[in-house]
Amino acid sequence: MLTPADLGAIWLTLKLAGVTTLLLLLIGTPIAWWLARTRSWWKGPVGAVVALPIVLPPTVLGFYLLLLMGPNGPVGRFTEWAGIGLLPFSFGGLVVASVFYSMPFVVQPIQNAFEAIGDGPLEAAATLRASPLDAFFSVAVPLARPGFLTATILGFAHTVGEFGVVLMIGGNIPDKTRVVSVLIYDHVEALEYAQAHVLAGGMVVFAFLVLLALYLLNPTGRKRR
Amino acid sequence: MKRIAFVLGLLWSAATLADDVQVAVAANFTAPAKQIAEGFEKETGHKARLSFGATGKFYAQVKNGAPFEVLLSADDSTPARLEAEGAALAGTRFTYATGRLVLWSSKPGYVDDKGGVLKMGGFKHIAIANPKLAPYGAAAVEALTSLKLLDVIQPRFVQGENIAQTHQFIATGNAELGFVALSQVMKDGKVGAGSAWVVPATLHQPIKQDAVILDKGKGKPAAQAWMEYLKGDKAKAMIRSFGYEI
Repeated sequence: MLTPADLGAIWLTLKLAGVTTLLLLLIGTPIAWWLARTRSWWKGPVGAVVALPIVLPPTVLGFYLLLLMGPNGPVGRFTEWAGIGLLPFSFGGLVVASVFYSMPFVVQPIQNAFEAIGDGPLEAAATLRASPLDAFFSVAVPLARPGFLTATILGFAHTVGEFGVVLMIGGNIPDKTRVVSVLIYDHVEALEYAQAHVLAGGMVVFAFLVLLALYLLNPTGRKRR
Repeated sequence: MKRIAFVLGLLWSAATLADDVQVAVAANFTAPAKQIAEGFEKETGHKARLSFGATGKFYAQVKNGAPFEVLLSADDSTPARLEAEGAALAGTRFTYATGRLVLWSSKPGYVDDKGGVLKMGGFKHIAIANPKLAPYGAAAVEALTSLKLLDVIQPRFVQGENIAQTHQFIATGNAELGFVALSQVMKDGKVGAGSAWVVPATLHQPIKQDAVILDKGKGKPAAQAWMEYLKGDKAKAMIRSFGYEI
């Protein structure tokens, strides 16, 4: 039922979502921690920038990424200078785009979880002579586990569901940038509805299972405190 | 009461005399269609509402009840198929333009006037429209096959979902060069920016673009008028000025 092209696209999509989620947990956790703890004036602007992809259409993001990462854009000049080459039409480019695109879905749950911990446990850790770093890893992170779980699932799922940005900067190259959502679009456009159904139906089932897992694993989401 | 009736009467007569026609236009024909629509409105008083996109998408939308009354397709097979399936009016089909393929780069002097750049290589990405979906993409593959260069060049393909997106990849410099429609880079009878090689028409099947009145346009004077205007000399002159043959 699934052709080699379908399987290639599925594998690529999972790889993209996996790498993106991993990077986002690494980048997003410090940002979330800072947003949760800071009293700086910059909290508002930074929080707004992180949340931008929720509001902006993917075409806006894709369009600007194409210009920024192109040979005439600042990012493109930098990557060419650094010997990486241009990012559009490459897997690395998709990862960069996806990190921006899925950022709020990872940062916000972790930030909420950190905020919910409050000052108490961290002050208690400090009186027990835990260093800030120790307190972060031994107290804050374990207490924020539901937030991390939500962030991981949402970040992964949102990247799997990415379409507009990939379409605009990907170039539809098999096994490099042709992800499942783009392949489905191709099938539909080419009137290959039977092949589209297999993948599209699979996406619906996948999305449902992911969200179901989220609600089953995190039943105390509202009471977390 | 009389006044309301008068206003309503005015509105009604305006509605019957000057009609709207909903036209679905293939992406490569965007610029000429806008110009033609202006002339059409001036001459007939009807208004043409244009939607631009990929022909394959229009097919799916028409089959699912989209309100389009006329289709200006990027190929000749989609209108024929719609007619065979009863979604378009029989006997209204005609070729409004034959498209020309061009190898184009946004860099001046990059593409030579014989297309030798294809043989020299030296580029990382060459943009084409998805050959499965877009007639210009299929023509590009045919041309490369005729030149016996397909196997060498195919690994460097980046595909736009339609010819407009392909143009965007090249215009932003992300692909060094690529195959687009001559109409997209032609302005006032010559290639506007960058460098180009007009691919000889002998290297690929002619890109015949057909128009057809769809089911929703049945009995609509504005749809009929649009088709007449499109066949007329004024429209033909505009179409030719964008690099199409007719």
